[in-house]
Amino acid sequence: MDEIASLLEPQIPALRRYAWALLRDDEAADDLVQDTLERAIGRWSQRRRDGDLRAWLFAIQRNLFLDHIRRRRGRGIQVGQEALDQVPAAESSPEDQAGARDILTGLDALSEEQRSVLLLVGVEDLSYGQAAEVLGLPVGTVMSRLSRGREKLRQVMETGRSAVLRRVK
Amino acid sequence: MTDERPIGEDDLQAFVDGRLAPQRLDIVKAYLEANPAVSARVGQEVEQREALRARLAFKAREPVPSRLRVANLVGRRAPSGFRPNALAAAAAALVVGLGIGGVGGAWWAAGHGSRAVPEVSLAEDAIAAHRIYVGERLHPVEVAADQEAHLVQWLSRRLGKPLAAPNLSPQGYHLMGGRLLPAGSEPAALFMYEDQGGNRLTLYARSSATEERIAFRFETQGGVAAFSWIEKGLSYAVSARAERAQLLAIAEAIYQQAERAPAPRPGGL
Repeated sequence: MDEIASLLEPQIPALRRYAWALLRDDEAADDLVQDTLERAIGRWSQRRRDGDLRAWLFAIQRNLFLDHIRRRRGRGIQVGQEALDQVPAAESSPEDQAGARDILTGLDALSEEQRSVLLLVGVEDLSYGQAAEVLGLPVGTVMSRLSRGREKLRQVMETGRSAVLRRVK
Repeated sequence: MTDERPIGEDDLQAFVDGRLAPQRLDIVKAYLEANPAVSARVGQEVEQREALRARLAFKAREPVPSRLRVANLVGRRAPSGFRPNALAAAAAALVVGLGIGGVGGAWWAAGHGSRAVPEVSLAEDAIAAHRIYVGERLHPVEVAADQEAHLVQWLSRRLGKPLAAPNLSPQGYHLMGGRLLPAGSEPAALFMYEDQGGNRLTLYARSSATEERIAFRFETQGGVAAFSWIEKGLSYAVSARAERAQLLAIAEAIYQQAERAPAPRPGGL
C-alpha cells in the first residue's frame, strides 16, 4: 500500500493534466483520474514488474476515456435543449477570430489519436516507445501520427480564421 | 562513423522534441540551415509545442485534490460505471458534437473505427454476469443444453456473428445452456457449463468494436477469475472460480475451437 502510494502519487499531476486536456472540465478530468487510479490499484498485482509504470497508467487512463465515450455512444444520445448549449458558439466576435487563437482550439481540430500523441510526447514527455505502448501502435506509426498531428495543428493555427468563417456559412 | 542516412520526418519530430542524439542533431541542424522553408516549419512546431506545454502547465501545478490520494482510494473502490460523475456528462457532451457537427465530432469520428477501442469493461461485465447467474439454482440458464442447436442459432442471430458453444468435456465440463444478456445497448451471450462437482464456469461473448485480434488478458475480482480475448470480431471472456493455470487451459481450448470453426456448428458439442 505504501509502495503503491509512493509509486502512483508522483504520477498524479501529469495524469490530471492529460485528463484535463482530453476533457476540458475540472470535475470530469478528476473523475477520470480517480477511475484510472482505482483501476491501477485494483490491478496492481497484475502489473508487469519490468513494465513501464508511466506508460501503463497513461494507457489505462486513455482506454477509460475511450471506453466512456464508446459507452455513451452505445446508449444512443438524446439531444435535448441543454445539448444545444454545448455547441461552440458560432457568433464569436471577429476580434476573437482574428486575434491570437488558443492553442487548445487548434488541438480540438485533431483526431483523438493525433491529439493524444501530441499530448503524451510533447507535454507529458513520454518517449516515443512509451507513447507507442500507451497507444498500442508501433513506434513508426507513432512518429507519423506525431508528424501529421503537428502539421495539422500548424495549418489550423495559421488558417483557423478562414476555417471558422467557412464553417459559419 | 558518420551517419549518412537521409533526413527523415522522424528526425524532424525528434528535433522538435529535443530527442536527437548529439551526432544526429548536428546533421539535422546543418540540414535545417540549408533548407529555410523546412526550418521555418520546424520552428513553428517547436513554438506550438511550447505553447501547448505552457497552456496546460497550470493543471500539473494545482494541489492534488484529496479524493485522489492513494490512501483515500484504497478500500473504497466502487465500480466506476455506477458512480454518477461528471466524466460521463462530459463524454456525452463530446459525443453530442458527433451529431451536431463541429470539431468534437470530427476528432471522434477520426479516432474511432480506424483502430481498436480497447474493451476495458469486457471482463468486468463477464464477471458480473458470472456472479449473478452461477449462483442461480432454479433458472441458471434461459435455454437449456437439450436445445443446444436452437440456443446457438438464436444467440448467433442476436449477436449478428456466428457463435458456437465449445465442447469442454475434455476439461470435465458439460454445457448447461445459455442466455441472452444486455451489454450496454447491445446483446451479449452467456453459456454456462458445470463439472461433476457442480462447479460452474461461464463463457461470455459479444460483438466486438474491433476486428483486430487481442490476446488473452487475465483478471480476477473477488475470487472470480476471467480470461478475455478478441477474435474474429467477437469479444470473449471465460470466468470461473478457478486457478489461473486451470482457467488458462480452458480458455485455450475455447479459443482453439472458435478458431477452427469458421461457421456456426449447429448442435456441435
